Amino acid sequence: MVTINGESCDMSGKTVAEILEHLGYNLKRVAVEMNENIVPKAMYGETTAQDGDKIEIVRFVGGG
Amino acid sequence: MERSVAVCGLGGLGSNVAVMLARAGVKKLHIIDFDRVDMTNLDRQYYFRRNIGEYKTSALENIIHDIGADTEVIPHCARLDGENIADILKNDDIICECLDGADEKAELVNAVLEKFPEKYIISATGMAGLYSANNIRTRRITDKFYICGDGTSDMSEGIYSPRVMLCASHQANAVLRILKGESENE
Repeated sequence: MVTINGESCDMSGKTVAEILEHLGYNLKRVAVEMNENIVPKAMYGETTAQDGDKIEIVRFVGGG
Repeated sequence: MERSVAVCGLGGLGSNVAVMLARAGVKKLHIIDFDRVDMTNLDRQYYFRRNIGEYKTSALENIIHDIGADTEVIPHCARLDGENIADILKNDDIICECLDGADEKAELVNAVLEKFPEKYIISATGMAGLYSANNIRTRRITDKFYICGDGTSDMSEGIYSPRVMLCASHQANAVLRILKGESENE
């Protein structure tokens, strides 16, 4: 299991890109942190979540 | 040397963040925006009717001067994009993301996190609509990355001064706490 934004999810073995797509995020409007490290955008397709990983997805909405 | 705080975008968030930081005694503010003040900005941005037509950088520099704050203001009239972010922000220590578009926010935050892991970034997402003021909060994502706002409300719901200023206050407070050596826990 992988913890995503504090919730336990069955996403082990999936890449960050697959997780974002599965959860319905717009890839252009997020920042992703995994185990206290930022995942660079170029690495979304190559970074795979393992059991026990903690992922925080920040979604940006307009307004400022 | 004094630590430099960059305010990226001088709209409802950034103009208020910059004024609060100047009043709080921040010594060096790098203020960045490409735009000019117009009539529709006066509902929530720290400008006056007399500023209409002026560049926001120049108007805000004068406003901070009028407040009498002992702050060195470095105005930078430019639109931040993937090409110039690294060069414009290279000398700053703490960066406030105060842009309005979701794509631009994400681009700036990711660029800073990837290119400058030593810098702090305080971003904002979700301060629109007329939801509870209590939903606006500061979240620590990593040691160097903080995000303020409710995380969900967007421009299509209308945008009103109180929640924008609450969010700006969270950003300014996070900056002051970082300068003082405190860290945000949640």
